[in-house]
Amino acid sequence: METCGIDRKPTGAGDGGRGAGSGGGAGYGSGPDDRSCRGEMTDRELALKGIALRRKLLQVIHHAGAGHTGGGLSCLDILIVLYHRVLNVRPEAVDDPNRDRYVQSKGHSVEALYCVLADRGFFPESDLETLCRYRSPYVGHPTRHVRGIEMNTGALGHGLSICVGMALAARLQDAPYRVFTLLGDGELAEGSVWEAAMAAAHYRLDNLVAILDHNRLQITGPTREVMCNEPLEDKWRAFGWTVRRVDGHDYAALTRALTDPPVAGRPTFVLADTVKGKGVSFMENVARWHHGVPSDEELARALAELDAAEQRLRGEVPA
Amino acid sequence: MLSEAARARAARLGLRPGRPNLEEFAATLEELARANPRIVALTSDSRGSGKLGPFGKALPRQLIEVGIAEQNLVGIAAGLAACGMKPFAVSPSCFLTARALEQIKNDVCYSDVPVVLVGISAGVSYGALGSTHHSLHDLAALRAIHNVTVVVPADNFETREAVRAAARAEKPFFLRFGKAPMYDLHPAGTRFEVGRAICLREGRDMAFLATGETVVHALLAAALLEEEGIQARVLSLHTVKPLDVESVLRAGRECGCLITVEEHMVHGGLGEACAAVLLQAGVAKPFRVVGIPDEETVTGSQADIFRHYGISMEGLAQTARELLGVARPAAAVGV
Repeated sequence: METCGIDRKPTGAGDGGRGAGSGGGAGYGSGPDDRSCRGEMTDRELALKGIALRRKLLQVIHHAGAGHTGGGLSCLDILIVLYHRVLNVRPEAVDDPNRDRYVQSKGHSVEALYCVLADRGFFPESDLETLCRYRSPYVGHPTRHVRGIEMNTGALGHGLSICVGMALAARLQDAPYRVFTLLGDGELAEGSVWEAAMAAAHYRLDNLVAILDHNRLQITGPTREVMCNEPLEDKWRAFGWTVRRVDGHDYAALTRALTDPPVAGRPTFVLADTVKGKGVSFMENVARWHHGVPSDEELARALAELDAAEQRLRGEVPA
Repeated sequence: MLSEAARARAARLGLRPGRPNLEEFAATLEELARANPRIVALTSDSRGSGKLGPFGKALPRQLIEVGIAEQNLVGIAAGLAACGMKPFAVSPSCFLTARALEQIKNDVCYSDVPVVLVGISAGVSYGALGSTHHSLHDLAALRAIHNVTVVVPADNFETREAVRAAARAEKPFFLRFGKAPMYDLHPAGTRFEVGRAICLREGRDMAFLATGETVVHALLAAALLEEEGIQARVLSLHTVKPLDVESVLRAGRECGCLITVEEHMVHGGLGEACAAVLLQAGVAKPFRVVGIPDEETVTGSQADIFRHYGISMEGLAQTARELLGVARPAAAVGV
C-alpha cells in the first residue's frame, strides 16, 4: 500500500526507540536526509513548522480563552508527521473514497489538529479566530462540520472502535486506504479501548495504526498515579499488536514508525513518548496546563521562547 | 401468549398467526444483504438471539462478530458506516441501549452515519430473566438523543417494511423487536411509511395509541369494547420518533378519551410523547398511559408481565371503561 510519497525503508523504528523528549523546548527531531532533493519537507523544515504551529496553537487558545494546551503541544509533532508524510489525504479531495482515514480519539487536543489542517489548506487559518464562538463549527472537540475531520469525537475510548470499523470496511471493499487514530494515555483507562484492541488483532487488521500520545499526565496528575496503565508495550503485544516505541517529537523516528510496512496480519501500535506542554518550558510536564489558557503575559513569554528556539534552529544564535 | 378469550377473538377477527418479528427481521435482512453487499450485520455473540445463524452461513463475509462487547459493536458499526457500508448492529436492546448509549449518541447520531441499531428481545421479551435483561428505558433514552429514527414494529408486515426502510435510510435508525410470535394485523395492501401511524380500526368514543407488541392487545380490546357499544380507534404508532403528530392530534380532537400502550416504562416513552403533543396543542382529553410502572418489575414471562400490568385485551378494555366512566357489563365480569 502506498503512503503519500514516502519511500519504504527497512524497518528501523524497532521496539526500543528513545525515551521522552528533551524537555527544553529545543529538542525537536532533526537530522540529514534526502527529502529536500525530492521536493519534500526535510526534518528541519518540519521542525520549523512545529515551532510555527506551536505559536499558532497558543495564539488560537489564548484568543478563544479555552482549549487543551498541554495535550495539543504534546501531540502536535505527531500530527505534523501524519499530515505531511503519512496520510494520503488532500484538501481538494476530502471525499475520495480511497483516502486514508484519521480519527482523533483524544478529541480534546483538537486545537492542534485544527492548526495542522489549516496549515495544510483544509480551511483558512482565519477561521480559527472563531474557535468556541457562537455557532462556529470550530468547537472544542472534532466534528465533521470541519473540513478534513472524519468523525465526531471527544468522549474518550471511542476512536479505536471506529477505526476498527473503518479498517474492516477497507478490507470488505478491497480498498487500499489505511486507518490511523491517536489515543491519549489517560484514555487507556476506558474499557472500550481494550475491546477494540482485541477486535483489531482478531480481525488481523494490518491496515490499522493506533498512536499513543504518551505524555504520562492527565487532568488530575500523573497517569501512573491516577490509574497505572503500564507496562504498555507488554499489554499491547499481549493483545496481538506490533509495538513500535519512538520519541514522539522526533520527526524521522515518527516517520519510520508510521510508514514502515506493518507486520502482516497485525495492527500497529506506535507508542510515542511525548512531553505534555512540549516546547514551552513552563508548560512542560505540568498537569495544570492540561486545559490551562495562557494569560497575556504567559503568551508573550511562550512566544519569546519559541522565537528563540526558531533562531537556534536556523543557526542565528548559538544553541 | 394471549388468554383463551383473546385467542378466540383474534380468530373471529380473522387475524392470522405469524412468526416472531425477530425471525421476520432476520429473513428480510438476509434477502436485502444478498442483493446489496454493502449491508453487513454485526453481532455481540448474539447471532442466535438475533436469528442470524442462517444469515451467517449464507453470507459469512457480511456477518461481523465482535464478541460480548456492545460499545465496540456500535463503534465498529459507526466506522463501517462512515466508510460506505450499511451496518446493522444487532444486540439485545437491554445492553445495546444502555451499555453502548454513549457510542449511539456520539459515534452514530452525532457523527450522523447511517447505522441501523437493532435492539432484539426488547421490552420484557426476556421477562423471566429479570430486570438485567429488560429494556424498559430504551425508547426514553433514544427519544432524548437527536438524529435517530425509532421504529417499533407491531407485526411481521411492519417489521419487513421497517427493515427495508432502515436499509434505505441514510440516517441513524433504531429498530426494536421481540421474541414472541405475532399475529398479522394488517390487511393486504396496507401502506407502511416511517413516521406515519397506521389506523387499524376506526372509532370516536376513544382511541388506543399503541406501539410494538402491545398493538394486538389494543386491537382485541377495541373489538371487545365494540360489543359493549364503545367504538375505539386503534392506531399502530410504529414510529415513536419522529412521532406522527398529525394522527395523534386528530385522535385527540376526534375521540372522547385516549389510552397509550407501550412495552416500556411509563416515563419517557410513547405515552409521554403523545401527552406533550396533545397538551401543547391545547387538546386535553381524559388520558391514560399504560406501560410498565416505575417499580421493580414483576417477574414472569412476557405474557405474565403484560397481564400483570394490564397490557391485555381484558386489562385494556377495563382501563377504557374506567376512563369512560362506564361499568363493566355483567356478561364481561370475570373475563
